Amino acid sequence: MRRWVLIALPYAWLLALFLAPFIIVLKISLSDIALARPPYMPQLDFGAGLAGLREFFAALDFENFWFLTTDDLYWKAYLSSLQIAVVSTFLTLLVGYPIAYGMARSAQEWRPTLLMLVILPFWTSFLIRVYAWMGILSTEGLLNQFLIGLGLVSDPLTILNTNTAVYIGIVYTYLPFMILPIYAALEKMDESLLEAAEDLGCSKFSAFWLVTIPLSRNGIIAGCFLVFIPAIGEFVIPSLLGGSDTLMIGKVLWEEFFSNRDWPVASAVAVVLLLILIVPIVLFQRNEQKAREAEG
Amino acid sequence: MRRFSWFNATSLTLGFAFLYLPMVILVIYSFNASKLVTVWAGFSTRWYGELIRNEEFLDAAWVTLKVAFFSSTLATILGTMAAYVLVRAGRFSGRTLFSGMIYAPLVMPEVITGLSLLLLFIGIGLDRGVLTIVLAHTTFSMCYVSVVVSSRLTSFDRSLEEAALDLGCSPFDAFRLVTLPIIAPAVISGWLLAFTLSLDDLVIASFTTGPSATTLPIKIFSAVRLGVSPEINALSTIMIGIVTVGVITASLISKRAAVAQARDEQAAARTT
Amino acid sequence: MAETAQKPKTKSTAPDQAFEPWEDPNAKPLIEFRGVTKRFGDFTAIDDLTQDIYEREFFALLGPSGCGKTTMMRMLAGFDMPTAGEILIAGQDMAGIPPNKRPVNMMFQSYALFPHLSIWDNIAFGLKREGRGSDAIAERVEEMLRLTRLERFARRKPHQISGGQRQRVALARSLAKAPKLLLLDEPLGALDKKLRQDTQFELMDIQEKTGTTFVIVTHDQEEAMTVASRVAVMDEGRIVQVATPAVIYEAPATTYVADFIGDVTLIAGEAKAHESVVEEVVPEPEVAAPEPLVAAAEGERAPQPNALGEWLHDRLLTRVLGPRKAAPKLLPAPEVAAVVEAPVAAPKAAPTEGLAIHWAAGQPPLVAANAPPDWAGKRVTLALRPEKVAISKARPEAANALQGKVIDIAYLGNISTYHVELANGSMIKAQMANTRRISRRDITWEDDVWVSFSDTAAAVLEE
Repeated sequence: MRRWVLIALPYAWLLALFLAPFIIVLKISLSDIALARPPYMPQLDFGAGLAGLREFFAALDFENFWFLTTDDLYWKAYLSSLQIAVVSTFLTLLVGYPIAYGMARSAQEWRPTLLMLVILPFWTSFLIRVYAWMGILSTEGLLNQFLIGLGLVSDPLTILNTNTAVYIGIVYTYLPFMILPIYAALEKMDESLLEAAEDLGCSKFSAFWLVTIPLSRNGIIAGCFLVFIPAIGEFVIPSLLGGSDTLMIGKVLWEEFFSNRDWPVASAVAVVLLLILIVPIVLFQRNEQKAREAEG
Repeated sequence: MRRFSWFNATSLTLGFAFLYLPMVILVIYSFNASKLVTVWAGFSTRWYGELIRNEEFLDAAWVTLKVAFFSSTLATILGTMAAYVLVRAGRFSGRTLFSGMIYAPLVMPEVITGLSLLLLFIGIGLDRGVLTIVLAHTTFSMCYVSVVVSSRLTSFDRSLEEAALDLGCSPFDAFRLVTLPIIAPAVISGWLLAFTLSLDDLVIASFTTGPSATTLPIKIFSAVRLGVSPEINALSTIMIGIVTVGVITASLISKRAAVAQARDEQAAARTT
Repeated sequence: MAETAQKPKTKSTAPDQAFEPWEDPNAKPLIEFRGVTKRFGDFTAIDDLTQDIYEREFFALLGPSGCGKTTMMRMLAGFDMPTAGEILIAGQDMAGIPPNKRPVNMMFQSYALFPHLSIWDNIAFGLKREGRGSDAIAERVEEMLRLTRLERFARRKPHQISGGQRQRVALARSLAKAPKLLLLDEPLGALDKKLRQDTQFELMDIQEKTGTTFVIVTHDQEEAMTVASRVAVMDEGRIVQVATPAVIYEAPATTYVADFIGDVTLIAGEAKAHESVVEEVVPEPEVAAPEPLVAAAEGERAPQPNALGEWLHDRLLTRVLGPRKAAPKLLPAPEVAAVVEAPVAAPKAAPTEGLAIHWAAGQPPLVAANAPPDWAGKRVTLALRPEKVAISKARPEAANALQGKVIDIAYLGNISTYHVELANGSMIKAQMANTRRISRRDITWEDDVWVSFSDTAAAVLEE
């Protein structure tokens, strides 16, 4: 009896506030175009029974999805989101791996402190961390002041409101997600493996390449997914650091919804975005599963 | 002793500089006397004063704290239950759907979660305001809580619960007297996580709120869109300060506990 | 008092009148497994198992991991329910009774001490659930602390005491409610060897003091043999043999049991009826002489005169040596020290029944007197304990003697085990007590030796 309540309560909550809304999105995405004016046709008529149900499904169509293909804004936004996510994931890996490596190779007594220093930004507001870069990257910002002061550039660089700023923002805010899994993988690694590799004739570099990298593979994959998946749907970073030409699907959805007030199209955009995300999510799950099985 | 490596030292220094320099700059410039945020014009706490007098920010902060408190508390209760179901309830029909619904919000883009919840609230005719934000935040942060708690439950020695049953506890008593006290640290960190998630959230709150309730992130976002403002710098500094003090305190407490435990275990090993 | 005299309570107080309720047809078992089957999905953990366990028994479930012993215990505790069949405790069917309502307590392998409670509160935990008064609880906890000698540690937390002390806390906690039945799941597995041996005797002592029925699960055969009144050897969800440790060791029911318990050499072959052969002197089926080398030498020193010898003596030597002694077939009275070693040249008393096991081409058949003659024609396996096999350089006078070469010697301090390879490549283990200093033992690697054993030394097992 108690077991039943225990299961039912969180189950019902998630059904009502996670699954049901999602089904509504799906339904609206298949409805007729109308601007911010519910009810959306067709409506399910429960009074009509089975016939009503058939009629309801017959009236649903893929009109909105068709619309997404006619306007190149949408598929360009999807492609550009993917591109930005891939590039920034790669950059995050490049920045994150040496940090994780340095942490895992640091003295034992330093590690908890370093770990805390990586986690600390995660607890501070995402918005504030993105905002902090606005003052640095702007034309008259600190970075340009610094570069001009050093004499490296004569005219200020335009970084804010470009894709470069978006890359910097994503790398900066998602860096802990990359460092933590890689650090976890590297920290578990037995250092005598490297000594064994060197003993067997590896140079330091080839030992790193042949032993350290493969052994931290699971951490690298997990870190990349943890950056890539949220980066695709990112909204705050492109809207604060990106320019008007920065196309990201999260931003498009937001604008479709709040500015154009076209809810069926916004819903269709959301459904397609989810379909795109399913592939990396499933791959990520499988990688986690394998890692867990490997650990026993 | 480990050999000192220039490569490691450099990567750590540069890495942490990258992580912390932007925030340090933000904090420094919050004490800038000038309205122009990029020009240093001397030390001043003027912006803190203006911030305190800004009714709108204070209201938003109050709404945010209320939302965060209620949603994180609800999320902790539901998330702990969900974790318990995931780890302990064994097989039941619909288990796959259940675990799917727990993990999906973690990877779901916030814009989609926000949009879908908004459409639900409109669909059922619920007035948007503090209540709807609390419902929305509870839904996604309970998933985070349940992940944190279930990872603790998985490593939890199941025979402890069996021992409690064996000694005459009902299943509920076993949970109350044995499981809960042991997983309490995970439940508390789950609560803290839910609280910060709620404090930070901009996107879902923007979708699910109405004109009656504006949270701090929404306020900050609309201010920041127009450019850098010294008041926001001051506000950010306060928030960073609170988090820093909190995290450092928590890690000191847990470090002290770990040291005490290690010392006790050593002493115990010697008495054998 | 008369009652106790008739019914000895424990094994140690009346060694002459053994504690064997399982031999008593009137005894009522405390636990009854009746046709119990437990499946986990496709996997059958327990397969149609029927077994009685009696009050005050110290019953050991012994087997490798995955044999179902833990499942049996968890079904007794109520953590798992049988798929089919029933389990009775004190005559009551346990189906549907949750763990917290059973008169059973369990000591967990991990001890499962509540880390957030003190030792005192851990022991009091079960008592508090019973709703006893606080005075009664305190009294009982103190009693358990005394029993397990933990008084000094009552206020400590589990992580503040050593492994051995934790083990005792777990025992005290599970005994505090005075259960009818105590289940012990690998209770000593986490302790090092020396501590484990001490604790085994402590466990037996506590079992006798409290009179509780103990069921212990273990994969350590030495532990099962030490503590248990009966041992059930399990394999793949079935009980292969239930018997006292001595019977299990001396008369294993199957090769599986023989192989699982202790060290053994298994020789498979075909049994044929044994025809008494007179040309060889078969010594008494006694335990092999401790020093067969000496024995063999002394056998040579006492030659038996034959007919020709007698004739020669009478004709030629009488004048020099005096008349021949009257009883030529008897040895001269041996010196006291030689009593054991001298082989008694008993009149040929060949076993009337017995088997000759033909086991390898080119090797003499092995003689076994302790098997029913109607097994002739079957395939059988001889299970031979190394300590029943003697090793010598000269050919000994024994029912079974085989020649081979020493391949390996394991020196274990008090004894040494010799691995002897026969001409056909099979390996036989022989054990000898190290009564001499190491420098004086003359059998070493690569030596050609004889291994020998009597015709009752090996257990004969049907295949």
